[in-house]
Amino acid sequence: MSKSNFTRRGLLKTSAVAGAAGLTLPTYLRADGHSGFTNAPQGDTVTLGFNVPQSGPYADEGADELRAYELAVEHLNGTGADNGMLETFSSKALTGNGILGKKVEYVTGDTQTKSDAARASARSMIEKDGAVMITGGSSSGVAVAVQALCQEAGIIFMAGLTHSNDTTGKDRKANGFRHFFNSYMSGAALAPVLAANYGTDRKAYHLTADYNWGYTTEEAVKSSTEAMGWETVNTVLTPLTQTDFSSYIAPVLQSGADVLVLNHYGGNMVNSLTNAVQFGLRDKMVNGKQFEIVVPLYSRLMAKGAGANVKGIFGSTNWHWSLQDEGSKAFVKSFGTKYGFPPSQAAHTCYVQTLLYADAVERGGSFNPCSVVEALRDFEFDGMGNGPTLYRGEDHQCFKDVLVVKGKENPSSEFDLLEIVEVTPVEQVTYAPDHPQFAGGNMGTCNPGA
Amino acid sequence: MDALLLQILNGLDKGSAYALIALGLTLIFGTLGVVNFAHGALFMIGAFCAVTLSRLLNLSHEVAVPGEVDFLGNPMMRDVPYIYDIFGETMGASIIDWSVPLSILFAIPIMVGIGFAMERGLIKHFYKRPHADQILVTFGLAIVLQEIIKYFYGANPIPTPAPAAFTGSFDFGAMLGFDPNTIIYPYWRLVYFAFSAVIIGAVFAFLQFTTFGMVVRAGMADRETVGLLGINIDKRFTIMFGIAAAVAGLAGVMYAPINSPNYHMGMDFLVLSFVVVVVGGMGSLSGAVLAGFLLGILESFASMAIVLETLPGINQIIIYLVAIIILLTRPRGLMGRKGVMEE
Repeated sequence: MSKSNFTRRGLLKTSAVAGAAGLTLPTYLRADGHSGFTNAPQGDTVTLGFNVPQSGPYADEGADELRAYELAVEHLNGTGADNGMLETFSSKALTGNGILGKKVEYVTGDTQTKSDAARASARSMIEKDGAVMITGGSSSGVAVAVQALCQEAGIIFMAGLTHSNDTTGKDRKANGFRHFFNSYMSGAALAPVLAANYGTDRKAYHLTADYNWGYTTEEAVKSSTEAMGWETVNTVLTPLTQTDFSSYIAPVLQSGADVLVLNHYGGNMVNSLTNAVQFGLRDKMVNGKQFEIVVPLYSRLMAKGAGANVKGIFGSTNWHWSLQDEGSKAFVKSFGTKYGFPPSQAAHTCYVQTLLYADAVERGGSFNPCSVVEALRDFEFDGMGNGPTLYRGEDHQCFKDVLVVKGKENPSSEFDLLEIVEVTPVEQVTYAPDHPQFAGGNMGTCNPGA
Repeated sequence: MDALLLQILNGLDKGSAYALIALGLTLIFGTLGVVNFAHGALFMIGAFCAVTLSRLLNLSHEVAVPGEVDFLGNPMMRDVPYIYDIFGETMGASIIDWSVPLSILFAIPIMVGIGFAMERGLIKHFYKRPHADQILVTFGLAIVLQEIIKYFYGANPIPTPAPAAFTGSFDFGAMLGFDPNTIIYPYWRLVYFAFSAVIIGAVFAFLQFTTFGMVVRAGMADRETVGLLGINIDKRFTIMFGIAAAVAGLAGVMYAPINSPNYHMGMDFLVLSFVVVVVGGMGSLSGAVLAGFLLGILESFASMAIVLETLPGINQIIIYLVAIIILLTRPRGLMGRKGVMEE
């Protein structure tokens, strides 16, 4: 039985001070345990917060993210059937004994793919559950909102699926890190493949989802395709709530365009692509060329929703389960054995982010966010898929190879919908930290919260 | 000119879905006086009838593919539908291909049954309650139905293709003497338009030319008097609820190939359909159909690039703008009866 040093007088004094702090500071800004940072783990466990869409249109993506998180926790605690990417990760700081010897526990929240709901659930995980790190999400709006909250609270945010340039551009934060690729990288990877397949003399028509991610994706794809000779004949914003895109697609052939770029994601992409194929765009010849459709950001779950319509259509993706590097193979084997199907790119990026966080804590020797930031900045690693990867210090964006994929003509199963046509080398998708598409950001300094 | 023609076609098609849902809503409001916020959910359930039949026809057993391995290195298994074992591969594939039109037969009894169950089990208890209560309970029911569908079918859209014979598009431009490729329209959307015209015609004919329909119309005009004549008008109104549910369900079945069904598709249509009903005139069947097509066409025009350049964002507000103007100038709606929504 442990001996307590508390006296009645001491307890009363401590309570009075804590009470006063409670009246003046929000809970999340207090340094619990007097360890100098928010939610310093007490005892022999540490709590991570997995904030994913569990309802709403991205719920399936969120479910796959949660599967990956649970697998990562098993691997960190050494309780899984295997060790997954711990075996292939170039850093060997993690030993399957939790993080810094503390067993990893987790709480989950539902972002509903709404910024307000995501912030509320993140706040609850920080204040009520004592989460020391928040990760997850499936939308750039959510990522930017939760990243700002984590910065304010002194918590590390390991972004899940967020593709907008702004997450590590104008909205970057010192406490936030993104493993996933971004719109600029999609454009830079796609443009040469499109030129090689469709030629440099093309007229493109963009349909763009009317929100932050849509704008940055349109800008990135437009500038990179124009740089190789394409002309942009029109860009039209479509409401996020649109379900039938026929009135936007019908005029495309009259515009003289011979390529349609769908800057849409999720249900928007499924419906706009389905409508475009229904209108026979892919069967038409315009300007003496076969009409083509491009989807800048692909996910396997979206491809499943669009069905046979994705066949032959180019797009980009962060990762795909058919990659043959040792890290990807280990993850696919581990995930596939546990769940019976291959992981999505959302699952991959979330799994990797969890391991990267845990590794940074181990290497820095502390859960203090400033120690984690220090350990992750300019960290180079390998063995997690996509080849050698750098977490760039200036913007906390991962730089790695980007995949260009194409809808498979003859899929062998419902998971085998995309084929990799090119692994674009990291040099081709790297940009300067002050690139105009990422300008205006000030990440500030790390905030430990106390 | 060709651009306008194309958007009129588009609008007619969009209007078909609005009109079918609004028709059912109006039937229920006109007969039972209930504002049914669960009507969009009935449209969604109809689409999932198509998904369900498609899945039933695709029920499969696994057969090993010699010499191939799956993503984990195990022997590759191929799914072979049971229907191939029964009818042979060619015939079986054709039946699967036609699963959406076949779902109509499957959906009618299901939708009528759901309609009866909804009306008898829940909605009849709210006839004498204020509209606000009816809206709350039917909206709650819509959310429950939506969550049930999500539980069983997941949150992702489920592709449900039209028969191969109706894929591709028809070139109206070439037919009308314009440049080829300028006015093209998908075959299935033309089928949808024709189908909705038949359903709308059938509902009108049923109400106009059958004794049952005449009694219902009389009941809509004066429920008490019809009741005093010894006619069980409540029973007839329950049947009309079933018919309205079937109309929404069939609209959903045939809509499945246009946009992959998902659990919130009903909500996407519901608000617009209510605007259609209000613009057409609460309780007016012909008003609902007219407003459905009118607003569909207006929405299509508002989405044209040339219009958006002049009036950015007009595509998102046009329908509500029209609704405001109509409600301010003619509260009863385009074809509404005097006394409903105005003094």
